[in-house]
Amino acid sequence: MGRITLNKVVKRFGEVEVIPPLDLTIEDGEFTVFVGPSGCGKSTLLRLIAGLEDVSSGDITIDGTPATDLPPAKRGLAMVFQSYALYPHMSVRKNIAFPMKMAGLSQEEQEARIKKAADALNLTDYLDRRPGQLSGGQRQRVAIGRAIVREPSAFLFDEPLSNLDAALRVGMRLEISELHERLKTTMIYVTHDQVEAMTMADKIVVLRAGHIEQVGSPLELYRNPRNLFVAGFIGSPKMNLIPGAPAAKHDATHIGIRPEHFRIVESGGTFTGKVIVSEHLGSDTFFHVDVEGVEEAVTIRAGGEVGLRHGDKIHIEPEEGQIHRFDAQGLRIA
Amino acid sequence: MATQHSRSAARFMMAPAVILLLGWMLVPLTMTLYFSFKSYLPLRGGDLGWTGFDNYVRFVTSSAFWPSVITTLVIVGGVLVITVCLGILLAMLLDQPMWGQGIVRILVIAPFFVMPTVSALVWKNMFMDPTNGLLSHLWRFFGAEPVAWLSEVPTTSIVMIVSWQWLPFATLILLTAIQSLDSEQLEAAEMDGAPHLSRFFYIILPHLARAITIVVLIQTIFLLSIFAEIFVTTGGAFGTRTLTYLIYQRVLESQNVGLGSAGGVYAIILANIVAIFLMRIVGKNMDA
Repeated sequence: MGRITLNKVVKRFGEVEVIPPLDLTIEDGEFTVFVGPSGCGKSTLLRLIAGLEDVSSGDITIDGTPATDLPPAKRGLAMVFQSYALYPHMSVRKNIAFPMKMAGLSQEEQEARIKKAADALNLTDYLDRRPGQLSGGQRQRVAIGRAIVREPSAFLFDEPLSNLDAALRVGMRLEISELHERLKTTMIYVTHDQVEAMTMADKIVVLRAGHIEQVGSPLELYRNPRNLFVAGFIGSPKMNLIPGAPAAKHDATHIGIRPEHFRIVESGGTFTGKVIVSEHLGSDTFFHVDVEGVEEAVTIRAGGEVGLRHGDKIHIEPEEGQIHRFDAQGLRIA
Repeated sequence: MATQHSRSAARFMMAPAVILLLGWMLVPLTMTLYFSFKSYLPLRGGDLGWTGFDNYVRFVTSSAFWPSVITTLVIVGGVLVITVCLGILLAMLLDQPMWGQGIVRILVIAPFFVMPTVSALVWKNMFMDPTNGLLSHLWRFFGAEPVAWLSEVPTTSIVMIVSWQWLPFATLILLTAIQSLDSEQLEAAEMDGAPHLSRFFYIILPHLARAITIVVLIQTIFLLSIFAEIFVTTGGAFGTRTLTYLIYQRVLESQNVGLGSAGGVYAIILANIVAIFLMRIVGKNMDA
């Protein structure tokens, strides 16, 4: 149904190559997240798949049919935009009906699909309102409703949650995940927020400057980051990347240890340092530690009840088998 | 934060402007009303005393009244249709990225800076002249008989001249409106399967609705009082006499100030009806 294949896709804006030759396959029914820092080309990639941008070379195949030269409407994809892109002069009902009207569906069919979508998204009471009278979360749901009724072979989301406040974002995240469970349709989701990527994805595609740095399930990326960039990008707080002498002991240029893989010990320990800042979250405490022989502050996670404060001396020991080693090129040493 | 003190200071500061505006408006209005109830013929006996509503009755029952109303409506309506339609097309064109955009935009605005009298003269002598005008050369180039624009199709000619003057205004307002359209909306419509024409009618045109009403409102108020273009070209002949021009003729050519003033009062009422009517449309649009 919704298998999307990109073969040597290149995108240039004038002289600038935004997407260098790129191959990627998105399997049917998969929830794929494109994640990367801003300007990494993830939105451009999504727009190439949607057909809103033309590829400079290479081909895109959707459901086995070549789609490279198809106009956006013919690709059978539905997109949810960052700004929701609702039509402000139309009621919610008309907004949702618009793609069906353009496709020339019968009135009864339109009504039936609107009702189904409105029920699924809790929009029934708002059908006759204008988008301007809705809250951010409701607008988001209308945008999703407008995408659902087209019964597309894949959904494309372009940073859909970045305009919502934190609490609503968590709620909408769950709703989108739930929607995916129910519809089992391919979804491609673009975000710069690695928490969204980790929580929602079946498959994460980490992008940097148009290059795919790594593709894999969230836990694969967490456990086996292929290079320094992925190691630093996936996981919150960030993995501690330590160069120099401590790394040399492990025959590596850099070693990476996640904050949650440190133990605080009474004495001894691999590293010794002073607490700079402690952040108490209740469930956890994060200590930023100025470690002797390491330039950047090391972040470690401890239980919520550990009561160290600024200036306290601390001994820490990385957990066995949780040290990631990287060579001079930044690649993982197996 | 408006305190009592700052409010009264503000009133004091605004007073000169308010008084000036009020005087500017009220003095002529009162004088027009005053004269409209008088029989006042400056060259034929001067002030001949009060006549009640005689002037009002004579103005509307004269054979020139209804044709002048119709001419006014034709000219205003014609110019509105042309400027809004062409304005939308031009605005969409100017919205496209192109080489020399800044200069092109300035050139498009240029006609608005030309004084009405001057532009009417330029059109009359350089474009519409039956022997030497550019248009007649063009007609002859194609082997056609040149048109004597201002005597054969005088109303159309005036509509053309006035449209040329007001097109920049409409284009400018509509261009800013088009530029404020969220491009994601157009992209969403494209994804939703709307072809170009549907995108125009379902997305762009509704987005422009407010700007269009504003253009129509402002232009109507100004177009009801066009004078120079008629005075310079046809002098009101060949059925180009608008209500404004009729009033001018009553006052200056027939030297009947009272009758002209009565016509003026009708014009005020007409303009206000149009204004109220259009304000309500704009108000309704603003709510949405």
